[in-house]
Amino acid sequence: MGRSGGEYFGDAGVKILTGNDLVTGDVIWWAGDGWSRQVNDSVDVGDKGDDLVRTEEAALRVVGAYVIDATTDDEGVRPAHIKDRIRALGPTVRPDLTLKPNDADAGNWVI
Amino acid sequence: MADFLSFRDGDAAQEPAVTVEAFTGQSNATAVRIEPGEDARDLLPHLDRLSLVEVNFPAYGDGRGYSAARILRESGYAGELRAVGDVLVDQIVAMRRCGFDSFHPAKPLDDAAVERALNRYDDVYQKTIDGRQPVWAKRHPEKIYG
Amino acid sequence: MYRYDSYDQSIVDARVEEFRDQVQRRLTGALTEDQFKPLRLMNGLYLQLHAYMLRVAIPYGTLSGKQMRKLGEIANKYDKGYGHFTTRQNLQYNWIKLADAPDILAELATVEMHAIQTSGNCIRNISSDQYAGVSADEVADPRPWAELLRQWSTFHPEFTYLPRKFKIAVIASDDDRSAMRLHDIGLKLVSKDGVIGAEVYAGGGMGRTPMVAPQIRDFVAEDEIISYLEACLRVYNRYGRRDNKYKARIKILVHEIGVDEYRRQVEEEFAHMKQLGLNPPTEELDRIRPFFANPAYETGLSEEIDRADPAFALWVDRQVVAHKQPGYAIVNISLKPLSGIPGDASADQIVLVADLAEQYSLDELRVTHAQNLVLPHVKKADLYAIWQKLDEAGLAEANLNLITDIIACPGLDYCALANARSIPLAQKIAQRFADTERQAELGELKLKISGCINACGHHHAGHIGILGVDRKGVENFQLLLGGSGAEDASLGQITGPGFSEDGVVDAIEKVTDIYLAQREGGERFLDTYRRIGMKPFKEAIYG
Repeated sequence: MGRSGGEYFGDAGVKILTGNDLVTGDVIWWAGDGWSRQVNDSVDVGDKGDDLVRTEEAALRVVGAYVIDATTDDEGVRPAHIKDRIRALGPTVRPDLTLKPNDADAGNWVI
Repeated sequence: MADFLSFRDGDAAQEPAVTVEAFTGQSNATAVRIEPGEDARDLLPHLDRLSLVEVNFPAYGDGRGYSAARILRESGYAGELRAVGDVLVDQIVAMRRCGFDSFHPAKPLDDAAVERALNRYDDVYQKTIDGRQPVWAKRHPEKIYG
Repeated sequence: MYRYDSYDQSIVDARVEEFRDQVQRRLTGALTEDQFKPLRLMNGLYLQLHAYMLRVAIPYGTLSGKQMRKLGEIANKYDKGYGHFTTRQNLQYNWIKLADAPDILAELATVEMHAIQTSGNCIRNISSDQYAGVSADEVADPRPWAELLRQWSTFHPEFTYLPRKFKIAVIASDDDRSAMRLHDIGLKLVSKDGVIGAEVYAGGGMGRTPMVAPQIRDFVAEDEIISYLEACLRVYNRYGRRDNKYKARIKILVHEIGVDEYRRQVEEEFAHMKQLGLNPPTEELDRIRPFFANPAYETGLSEEIDRADPAFALWVDRQVVAHKQPGYAIVNISLKPLSGIPGDASADQIVLVADLAEQYSLDELRVTHAQNLVLPHVKKADLYAIWQKLDEAGLAEANLNLITDIIACPGLDYCALANARSIPLAQKIAQRFADTERQAELGELKLKISGCINACGHHHAGHIGILGVDRKGVENFQLLLGGSGAEDASLGQITGPGFSEDGVVDAIEKVTDIYLAQREGGERFLDTYRRIGMKPFKEAIYG
C-alpha cells in the first residue's frame, strides 16, 4: 500500500495479537498491559505472542486468540489480511455498527 | 473426582481387555476392547463368553462407539459395556442410553457434575435398549410397549 | 401449528438449564474452550468474526405471531436490533454476549422455541416447504412428519457425534421449494395405493463437493420411517469418513461406495432395526397431524382484488401466489430490498410481521430457504391493507424469484469462515438490475452468492451462482451458471477465471444479455442455458 515510516514501530511489519473477549465476544487487541477494542492500540508482540495467548486464555480474558501480521504508519496499525481489517472495523455493510460510525468512507479502509 | 463409574450390580470386571483381532483368533479371553474403526458385529458369535467389552473413545468427537454399544446390546449382550478414553461428563447420558454401564474416563469426572447430568432430563424422545419409555410411549399408554 | 405438551416443554426447559450450567463452567474456567466449543455449537452458539452468534431453530420454517414477536424482542434486548434469516430457515443473532445466551434460550423456551442442534455434527433443524399445508398440489402436509423427525432427532443418543453435520428436508409437492435433493437426506411424501409414505433420497449436499442426492428407496411407510432413518444414520455413523472433514459428509460415503452398496447396507441394517420397536405407533403421527389441520377458513369470501393502485398491482402480481382455499392467498414478503442486506430484518420489521400474521394470516407465518417470509393464509380482501403496512416498513419489494431476489450468505462481513464479502456484491448486483421492467423482462432468475466454499449461499444451485474466494488476500469471485435447487435439481458449472467485485457484475450483465438475445418462447434463463450450453455465455464474458 506504499505506506511509510510509522512512529510506533518503525517501517518493518509487526506481529500483533487479537482475539475475542470471552464474556462479551468483542473483538479485542493486545495493547501491552491489557486488551483494547481499538486496533490502533496494538503493540508489537514480537515472539511473545504464543506465550501471551496461553496466559491470557488461561486467565479467561480472551478466547480464540491468535497472532497476525500487521504494518504501521502515521494513521495507525493495519492488519495484513482483509479478514482482520474487517474484524478491526466492523461489518462494512453496517457502517452504523462499526467503530467509525461517522466516517462514510471507513469501509474502504478494509480493501 | 471419579476415574471409574459403574452402574452395574456387583464388581467390575478386572480382566485386561485384548484387541478384537486377538479375541476372535481363538483366544480364551473374556474381555475385549473395540477401537473406533472395528466392527462390533465381529463379536456377535462370541457374546456368551464375554464378560467385558471396552469401547475406546480416543477423541470425544468420534461417535462410532455409540453405534458399537447399541449393536451389542441389541444383539443381546448382557455383560459389562465400558466406555474408556476421552469420555466427558456431557456425554454420559447419551452413552448410558446406548447401553454403556461403566465408564473409565482418561480424565476423572466431577461426581456432582455427573449426578446433575444424569438427573437433568426426565424424558427422552427415542426408544433405545436402555429400557426408558420414550415420550411417544407415555403419550399413548393404551399401546403396550416392551 | 404444533404446540408443545408438558414433555416437549420439560425437555427444552432442561436444555436451557444444562446450557446455563455449561456456560457457567466455561466462565469459571472449569471448561476450556476446546471442551466448551462442541457443547456451545450443539446449541447454535458460534464465535464469529465480531462476536458470538446465536442460531435459533425455526423448525420446518413455521412460526406463530407470538414466536416471531419474541424473536424481535430478543433482537432489541440482547442484540443490536436486528436478525438474519438463513438459507436453512433459521434466524441468527450476530452480537450475542456469552453470559446472556442462557437467558436468551430461556426466553425462547417461553414461546416453545430453542437453538438445539442448530450446529455441530448432529442432525440439524428439519427443513420443509414454506407453502406446506397451503399449496394445492401436495399429497399431504409434510410438517407432521417433520415434527416427528424433530422429536426423534432431538438429543439422539447414537447420532450426536456423527462424522459431520446432517441435514434433512421433508417435502410433499412435485414443486421442490426446499432444495430437497441437496440435503443429506431428503424425504418426499408420496401416495401409494392410497397410503402416504416417503420416497427417500440420500447423499445430496453443497459445500466443496456438491452432489444431487440419488433415490435410495421409493417408499417407506409412516410406521417404519424412524427405524429406516436410524438405519441410514447408523450406516453413515459407522462408515462415513472421519479422516478428513471435507470428505466426511454422507454424500462422500454414498459416492465412494456407490448408491447400490449404500442402499444394500441400509436395507440390511433396516431389516434388523425394524424388529426393535423403535417406531412410534401411528397414533403419534395421528396426534401431531391435527396441529397442522386447516385453520378456520371463512367461506363465501370475495375473489376480487382492487388493482387501482399500480404499485400495489405490481406487488400482487409478483409476491402473491395461489392458495388452496377460495378467497385466500399466500403472501411472500421480500427480505431483499434493493440496498438492503439479504435476509436481514430489523426488530421493528420482525414485530410488524408478527402483528400482520396475527391480524391477517390466522396467526401463522413461514420462513423460506430463499431468506424471505411468507404469510400463508391471507384473505384477498386484506391484501391492500397488508401491502400498505409492508410498504411503510420497507418490506414491499416486488422481486420474488427475480434477479434481485438474491440469496447471500453473511460472507466476510460477519463470518469467520468466509473468504470474501457476499453482501456488498449482492447490493451492487441489485443496483445494476434495479429497473423493475428489466427485472420482469429477465423473469425467473435465481442468483445465489456464497462467500466461501462451504456454500451457505447455495451458489451451486443458482441459475447464476457466485463463489467468493481469497486470491492472495484480495476478494475474487467465480461465476457459475446452470444450477438449480428445485425439482429439476442440477449443479452450476464454473464459467472460467474469476473476477473482481465490479467485474463479476459486468459479467452477469453480459450473461443476461446473451439470454435475452437467444431465448425462445417462454424459456427461463435456466432453460436457455440448458439448451444452448455454456459456450455462448463464455464467449460473451471472456471473448
